[in-house]
Amino acid sequence: MNEQSKVAALNADSEPVAFNAALAEPFNVLIVGVGGQGVIMVSKVLAALAQAHGFEVKQSEVHGMAKRGGAVFSHVRFGQRVWSPTIPKGEADVLIALEWAEGLRWLPHLKRETGVFICDTKRIVPPFACLNRRLGAPLRYSTETAEQVSAYVSEAYAIDATRMAEELGNDRAANVVLLGALSTVLEFALPEWEKTVTSFVPKKTIAVNSAAFELGRNWIAEAKTAPPADDAAARPAPVHAHYAARLEITDAWCKSCEICVKLCPERCLTLNADRIVEMTAPEKCTGCRLCEWLCPDFAIRVHLDTDAAVMEAAR
Amino acid sequence: MHTPWQAAAAQKNSARELRPLTGNEAIARAAWEAGVRVAAAYPGTPSTEILESLATYPAEDLHAQWSTNEKVALDVALGASFAGSRALCAMKHVGLNVAADAFMTSTYIGVNGGLVLVVCDDPGIHSSQNEQDSRIYGQLASVPVLEPSDAQEAYDLTRLAFDLSEEFDTPVIVRSTTRLSHTRSTVTVGARADIASRGFVERPSKNVMIPAHARARHLVVLEREAKLKDYFAASAITRWETGDSSFGIVTAGTCYPYVREVLPNATVLKLGASWPLPEQLLRDFCASVDRVFVVEELEPIIEKEIAALGIKVEGKRFFPRAGEFSPEVVRGGLVQAGILPAPPSLNAWVPEPVVRPPVLCAGCPHTSSFMAVRASGARVAGDIGCYTLAVLDPLRGIDTCVSMGSSIGNAVGMAKAGETKPVVATIGDSTFLHAGIPALIDAVYNQANIAVMLLDNHITAMTGGQEHPGTGKTLRGDPAPQINYEALIRACGVQWVKTVDSYDLAATHQALREAINFRGVAVLISNRPCVLDPIKIKGPPLEVVTSQCTACQSCMNLGCPALTWSDEWFEGRHRVKIDPALCIGCTLCAQVCTIDCIKIATPPVTP
Repeated sequence: MNEQSKVAALNADSEPVAFNAALAEPFNVLIVGVGGQGVIMVSKVLAALAQAHGFEVKQSEVHGMAKRGGAVFSHVRFGQRVWSPTIPKGEADVLIALEWAEGLRWLPHLKRETGVFICDTKRIVPPFACLNRRLGAPLRYSTETAEQVSAYVSEAYAIDATRMAEELGNDRAANVVLLGALSTVLEFALPEWEKTVTSFVPKKTIAVNSAAFELGRNWIAEAKTAPPADDAAARPAPVHAHYAARLEITDAWCKSCEICVKLCPERCLTLNADRIVEMTAPEKCTGCRLCEWLCPDFAIRVHLDTDAAVMEAAR
Repeated sequence: MHTPWQAAAAQKNSARELRPLTGNEAIARAAWEAGVRVAAAYPGTPSTEILESLATYPAEDLHAQWSTNEKVALDVALGASFAGSRALCAMKHVGLNVAADAFMTSTYIGVNGGLVLVVCDDPGIHSSQNEQDSRIYGQLASVPVLEPSDAQEAYDLTRLAFDLSEEFDTPVIVRSTTRLSHTRSTVTVGARADIASRGFVERPSKNVMIPAHARARHLVVLEREAKLKDYFAASAITRWETGDSSFGIVTAGTCYPYVREVLPNATVLKLGASWPLPEQLLRDFCASVDRVFVVEELEPIIEKEIAALGIKVEGKRFFPRAGEFSPEVVRGGLVQAGILPAPPSLNAWVPEPVVRPPVLCAGCPHTSSFMAVRASGARVAGDIGCYTLAVLDPLRGIDTCVSMGSSIGNAVGMAKAGETKPVVATIGDSTFLHAGIPALIDAVYNQANIAVMLLDNHITAMTGGQEHPGTGKTLRGDPAPQINYEALIRACGVQWVKTVDSYDLAATHQALREAINFRGVAVLISNRPCVLDPIKIKGPPLEVVTSQCTACQSCMNLGCPALTWSDEWFEGRHRVKIDPALCIGCTLCAQVCTIDCIKIATPPVTP
């Protein structure tokens, strides 16, 4: 099977047919997402399908601590002979991503010329992206757009699979929407896809998952005629006022309760020798106002100065 | 691969079948087929699924158990071997450190029933505190180390390991790595062998290691090692694959498929055992090619042995000593060595990656415990578990983390060294049972002034929710006596013991302050079940009244994954929103909200 025909199904109107040629080189599918999204289930379905076709299959996944909301990946390789359980960088034929930023993280693993990128536009913003307390701090989340991705790989689909699954009444079925999309790329027969998906989902959810699979499959067909939706680009650039933070401490009112010291997120306050609160690391202060809100004696006031000179000094 | 026992098994059971199994599942299957009667382990990634998988086989066939730690697990397996039954003990690499005391003497004793240790290393440190190479333990103990390279070999070599163990009177290590343990591929399986117990054999000179006996046994161990070298030289698990003679590769385990991926036509000596090494075979192989490379993950064990034979060999010059291998790493080394041409540089677009470390779950009870710990201003000795994540922003509440059960001992040392801050040790329930109790007794005995926070979430959470003596259930889910922590801790001599609900943030802060103010050892048990295990907890979600939110981000201090910035701003800062799908309604964010604008979502969403 040559490179071209691996993705030929995308351009054909007919049903994908079973692999009729031996895969001399392994076919590589990389499935990525965030812990708890169902990455492993997608890879199991794919591995089972390939196995049923008599291919040698290797599927490699991550376990343990990484599952705690961290990045999760699963490599699926199948063909006549598969050696390495992991896909070498730049060798993935298909990248299925259950989360937008994770799709981008793994993009360099995709084959530059023929790779197919299928990515849920679902954004799971990690707590780390929201930890900067500085005024006007940007969200530390991927800013790359679907168009940039389209320009990079041969075929890119940004699909709102989670919303589609939600509308079916079960957001957990988002991974099956993506399986439906994947089914248009891989030439396994449709009944086999359906049978395999059904065998891997909980009995009670077969109906919703079948519908999810169908949605994903149809979505790709429609997407081929329309440009990919650009979720990231549609977001307005943040608008905010510019301030520099300054603390005003009224020593006489401070009764040494230490609440502000203990709860300051930047740990820039301490009690001095007289047990009066003091700013010891002004460069760390972000003006978050927590000390002001928490002080039972109103001994701290936070000023957000707009004065240019102060701004300059704060820098 | 066709080994005699495999052919025999095929004859005995014509209904051999193909199954997709992970390395760990294949090891479990092989152990069951090999007639294992007792299997014991403490959970640890990447080894956990071996016992979980063994527990799915009939209880009449074998006893499978979670032990309180790896040393106990090995002693249990050793006991089964003494009694004449085949036994398996599984652990992760750092678990072998815990079991090392028993292990180093078990090699002198040898076996009665076959004894196999499965040790799963973690090159690349996916989920561990270091990436040590367990093969060195094999060398240290003169114990054979079998290194499977895929799930089929994990199955084949585990079955073989039991036979070797009995034939050579030695414990046998089957060494896996994360990549093998968690890679699924097709395995041809067979049937369970009917292996009768040999019964206990009374032979004190072999079973009781007093110095006089041990001196004699050490010589036996050395003789045995020589015999094993000959065995591995002739065994079918050592494969000499002939190709291009300008260079040859010596490799083992999971490096083998990487070598084959990158060099399909090379001359390769694939070792089925990385200890002891077949010297004459290595000499012959190296003489047959112009250059010899050793491709092995982590330490240069094979390379150094070949070099010690006086043979010119290359290895760690081109392949790293740290981190996990991959086809790219192997290719990179071979390019550097001049074996392969440099690949054309691709015009690769590198997107800016999002920082996404693992985080404590939404509603995790450790969150509030560490809010209190952080606010206490203490010096904090941490331990191994999910709660080690509290070292990261925003909780930033742990100062040290060494190994299972270290926190309490570390705290004693810090307190005795005159640390000026109050000293707090944090330790999970399973970790406390694993290695924390002796340390707690040490603290009491030596009258250290420390506070211990026992983070009791009623499960071994980090490895995916395994039972332990505090959960009241066995590995197979049967009811078991349950440890009463308060009684246990009091029995250790601790005068100040208190239990607090960690979802009550004020009470947790208050109780921790009391514990710190107590002179001597104080133990505060923060008692809340894990939100994921044994059942996934989902209560009514909370929501932020966005119009009132002053963007103080006090709630963001929790690092809760359900909390993110909204698109609205207040005074140059993002207001906050709650993802109702993730929120489990623990109310911690509402408790820390400075202006009381976090409420139960209306209308309440039924879970």
